[in-house]
Amino acid sequence: MMVKLPMPAEELVSPGHAGCPGCGACLALRVALKALGKRTIMTVPACCWAVMPGTFPNCSIRVPILFTAFETAAASASGVRAALDAKGIKDVNVLAWAGDGGTLDIGIQALSGAVERRDDIIYVCYDNEAYMNTGIQRSSSTPIGAWTTTTPVGVNKEWKKEPKKSGVEIMVAHRIPYTATACISYPEDFMKKLQKAASIKGPKYIQVLCPCPAGWKSDPEKTIQIGRLAVETNTYPLYEVENGVYTVKKPAKTKPVKEYLMTQGRFRHLKEDMLNEIQGIVDTEWALLLRKEEMTAKK
Amino acid sequence: MVRKLINGNYAASYASKLVRAEVVAAYPITPQTAIVEMIADFVASGEMKAKYVCVESEHSAMAACIAAASVGARTFTATSSQGLLLMHELLHWASGARLPVVMVNVNRAVAPPWSVWADQTDSISQRDTGWIQYYSESTQEELDNVILAYKVAEDPDISLPAFVTEDAFYLSHTYEPVDIPDQKLVDDFLPPFKPKAKLDIDDPHGFGSLSMPHQWYMELRYLIAEAMDRSREKILKADKEWEKLTGRNYGGLLDEYKTEDADVVLVNAGTAASTIREVIDKLRKEGKKVGLARIRCFRPFPTEEFRALGKKVNTIGVMDRCYTFGDGGPFFTEVKSAMYQLKDRPVIKNFIAGVGGRDITMKTVEKLYDKLFKIKKSGLDSEKEWVDLKTPEVV
Repeated sequence: MMVKLPMPAEELVSPGHAGCPGCGACLALRVALKALGKRTIMTVPACCWAVMPGTFPNCSIRVPILFTAFETAAASASGVRAALDAKGIKDVNVLAWAGDGGTLDIGIQALSGAVERRDDIIYVCYDNEAYMNTGIQRSSSTPIGAWTTTTPVGVNKEWKKEPKKSGVEIMVAHRIPYTATACISYPEDFMKKLQKAASIKGPKYIQVLCPCPAGWKSDPEKTIQIGRLAVETNTYPLYEVENGVYTVKKPAKTKPVKEYLMTQGRFRHLKEDMLNEIQGIVDTEWALLLRKEEMTAKK
Repeated sequence: MVRKLINGNYAASYASKLVRAEVVAAYPITPQTAIVEMIADFVASGEMKAKYVCVESEHSAMAACIAAASVGARTFTATSSQGLLLMHELLHWASGARLPVVMVNVNRAVAPPWSVWADQTDSISQRDTGWIQYYSESTQEELDNVILAYKVAEDPDISLPAFVTEDAFYLSHTYEPVDIPDQKLVDDFLPPFKPKAKLDIDDPHGFGSLSMPHQWYMELRYLIAEAMDRSREKILKADKEWEKLTGRNYGGLLDEYKTEDADVVLVNAGTAASTIREVIDKLRKEGKKVGLARIRCFRPFPTEEFRALGKKVNTIGVMDRCYTFGDGGPFFTEVKSAMYQLKDRPVIKNFIAGVGGRDITMKTVEKLYDKLFKIKKSGLDSEKEWVDLKTPEVV
């Protein structure tokens, strides 16, 4: 059962941003800043959110933001934390806020460095599963079978053939104190995870699934529904790993992956054999996840 | 004041301690490592209060410095060669964000082939990044230049990053007696860093956001251009103030030696200048009127100083310890360009010497002065010449 938490009323993402209709990443930041509050400094590399706050000198976000180069969200967050420490400024959340390309491709070295150093930062990867700001190019977080502009379908069927990279498992391999997945369709769950992250010293990593109507070729009004299907089909399981201990949220009733995939134009080319293959991957990953939960459960 | 026998690397470490750098983010690279090792020791022993971030790359080093400076911390890093090249993207970022990050770069050749020896390709390649560039001739000057660089960079009228270079091994690993100024002297000279704007939870703003073509991008670039131009007088002002406190002055942006009555002058930057001075003293005794103009600041470029030099000397040889392929030595092309506006332009010859750490000996320098006298007498033979190059047969 999902715990319902009161959502703080204060809006730190104000109207006037430049997000697309139905943008999941927009909801993600709205919830994140409600969870973390005003005493937060953000570092934002190249990504949709580098553009969405608006043009200089205006900014629709009501916390300080350092816009930085593509591969530097984590290193910049480390720098902010070091300076706050040097100045004796306490009780500030340092939030690195980056897309999946900026996190799992070009920014993974800096992220790995910051996490290994145990820098006290919260890193949120808002995962829309491709380079959306540049116009839907594949990233290592793009799921298998997906169409993007650099994995076009065509007669040669050049859709993405490789499975999605797992950011959370990479973080687990760093012995990170806290890491979790989330989805914007479950805002209370996301908020709870952010607040838990804020209460832990050291590096924290949350990867939040953000449906992207423009890039997924989905209906803007179905963003929440699609996010829910991602979780209910076990395609994007909600789980957290705290000091190596896995806790997995199990859907009341698991739906076929096909139901999730068919809500999006990026998967519309997939035939039955490929849909079955993807269902197989999801089932294997899910079983593995449950095994990890079992293996790491406190006895 | 304490006098210590230290090398150029340690001079950089001492300088970072004297300026009370608050955040140091650095990554090791030969021949810079001793700088960051000593800073780590300073921090470990409590002598230095800085937060030391052991980043996983130079790119992250500069990113962390930029972020820390955005919070209002005084930042320091050091690198060399490939490391500086890896930082390149963020060097632009630091100046675009108007952050007075200060860095020491050990001038080292760029691979391939691997070479860890003196060459100025690395820092010259950062010409257009909007950083103030100081070149040092001695260990003492390097220590002083770092402190001076903070003074100029943090000036509210400037707000630009600055780096100080030292030639690999000739300075980085060569021990010289150095006066280490008292902490109080440096504290009085360099007050704490107080930026006009910073990341502040009580006054939230976004820094570095998007600007459309019709908005402010071009104006913000213009302001950088103006600040860099203004930095010329600030560099001289800081030098004068420093001279009052320490008695040391390194000759401004263009450090001239015996150019007043010179028939021919060599232009250079870095440690080879010391060798050139020795040769000048020797040749002067033989009655040959030779001089030196040492580029101490490459950015901002000493344009006016070069024009003044061009008015009094009609034969100039420019020595470059690097090369711009498809054009010429970078100092050469810049000196030529500065002189272009003169009515009577001097003859300017380019000598490419010491590339990849090849030694520039007194004999080499004497040969170059001989050449300049020949050019003065019978005109320019060729515009560019690679000095002490092995013959094609050997190659």
